[in-house]
Amino acid sequence: MSVLVVMEQRDGKLSRMSFEALAAGQQIAGILDVQAQAAVIGYSDNAKIAGVERVFALDDPLLTEYTPDGYTAAIEQLIQAQQPQAVVFPHTYQVRDYAPKLAARLGKVLISDVVAVKAEEASPVFVRQLFQGKLNADVKAASEQQFVSIQAGAFRVSEAPAARAPVERFPVKLDASQIRSKPEAPFREAQRSIDLGAAEVIVSVGRGIKEKDNLPIVEALADVLGAELAASRPICDNGWLPMERQVGSSGQTVSPKVYFAIGISGAIQHLVGMKGSKTVVAINKDENAPIFEAADYGVVGDLFEVVPALVDEIKKVKA
Amino acid sequence: MKIIVSVKQVPARDSSLRAGSDGKRLDETDLTYEMNEPDAYALEEALQLKEKLGGEVVVLSAGPDRVAQTIREALAKGADRAIHVQLNDGTQLDPLAAARLLAKAVEAEKADIVLTGLQSDDLGYGQTGVIMAELLGYAHATIVMEVEPQGDHVRVKRELEDGWFQNVLLPLPVVLTIQSGIKKLRYATLMGIKKAKTKEMKVISSGELQAEFATGLTIERVYVPQRNKQSQIFSGDAKRAAHELAEKLKFEARVI
Repeated sequence: MSVLVVMEQRDGKLSRMSFEALAAGQQIAGILDVQAQAAVIGYSDNAKIAGVERVFALDDPLLTEYTPDGYTAAIEQLIQAQQPQAVVFPHTYQVRDYAPKLAARLGKVLISDVVAVKAEEASPVFVRQLFQGKLNADVKAASEQQFVSIQAGAFRVSEAPAARAPVERFPVKLDASQIRSKPEAPFREAQRSIDLGAAEVIVSVGRGIKEKDNLPIVEALADVLGAELAASRPICDNGWLPMERQVGSSGQTVSPKVYFAIGISGAIQHLVGMKGSKTVVAINKDENAPIFEAADYGVVGDLFEVVPALVDEIKKVKA
Repeated sequence: MKIIVSVKQVPARDSSLRAGSDGKRLDETDLTYEMNEPDAYALEEALQLKEKLGGEVVVLSAGPDRVAQTIREALAKGADRAIHVQLNDGTQLDPLAAARLLAKAVEAEKADIVLTGLQSDDLGYGQTGVIMAELLGYAHATIVMEVEPQGDHVRVKRELEDGWFQNVLLPLPVVLTIQSGIKKLRYATLMGIKKAKTKEMKVISSGELQAEFATGLTIERVYVPQRNKQSQIFSGDAKRAAHELAEKLKFEARVI
């Protein structure tokens, strides 16, 4: 019996989220009193994995490019051979693409996007967010074998030095006819001309602004602070601000000295892009908005009243 | 081209939410509902594909009676007909059970393309489309931004992380989960709303579909998350709150 952590690499480098999933997997293994193991498709010797009993390296020419059919078949074979008690993934875009398929093929439900693990009489209880973080749920798997994916930033990666785990090649049997999708090379769209990553102060605006014509309200705050203007995804999707000003998992990652989140509820996709900020100020009318969880200072109130008042106050302070 | 769009009805975005008295599910009293936003984009994509290629758009939704309202909205926007898989009030489905039901309904229709949103705004598992594809034996792609049919294939643009994208060619039939915000959503016209009343809405009870209903997980508790970070929160009068915040930013955080 074991807990199997499926780690993800790109160009031979394991992602940070993979190590966070490993930390979660080690915790789950502790609760179940079994060993943790890791698996990597496309393993490279640069990958240093410690704190597991062994690492399975899965390789096949048909796994060079990611496809949901190829990855599902390969990991299914490893699971059938090892029969782990739990299979743990990082909740990446790639995992979201194939892990539900894999779990369903084995008749199981993936408990996706888990933010914490608790122990209840030697079995793990998983904490998930509902309604974009407004509520939490404690969830238990009904099956013996459990499938879990771990949200970015929810677990701390162990920095303690540890011996590198032995690597074992796991042979997979794949046939080209199993793979239905033909991926082309990944690409990036036009170069970004605005580097929000270098900004010291950012004023970021979300759905709470309601319409494009209201943007001058936050622009005034950005002006008085000498800040860069940024936004959450829906604002850029609507074309109210250019895509290059988007902060979050599909936009830029920022770490300014101060980040003002104005009318942003704080869905995880946004939080991962700005949680490295030194000081976070949130203004939102919903006192239960998850953004307040990330905020050092918060104002619960109507942004259309609070922001202009704040602009006046900052002018006074600066004068 | 036959396109099925699977949509979910979810509590409206600004709802104030609390756990029910059993502490295990959402308190649904006084909630208003709307179409899950990513599903609204899936519907828009379906309608635009039909306008380009012809064919039929069938809207599919599972839920209690109230779901009919969301289905009518989809019909008013231009879907041709609908299938309502009726569930008892308060039925909670995990993603596998939901996908089993929906896949059964799709199976009978033999669609070329099944579209749905990449995730729901309520439970947020983000799995239903992918599991449907597995159960139906269809190919799939997730987080899709653009759909370009090419004969018996479809080429899609997928979003990857950190601003990367990828085009993928897939054989039909296919399930695609659609990213929010990829097109401008249309409004239902008065004519559309009028026409929707004459369109077919087939109601199937979940029992009729004979899908396996066993749930793969148990929800032990639903609750408002505790704040970990020490946040200083100001509320009440806006001017006063702004004044207090500015003082803190100057003298405590020293950032202005």
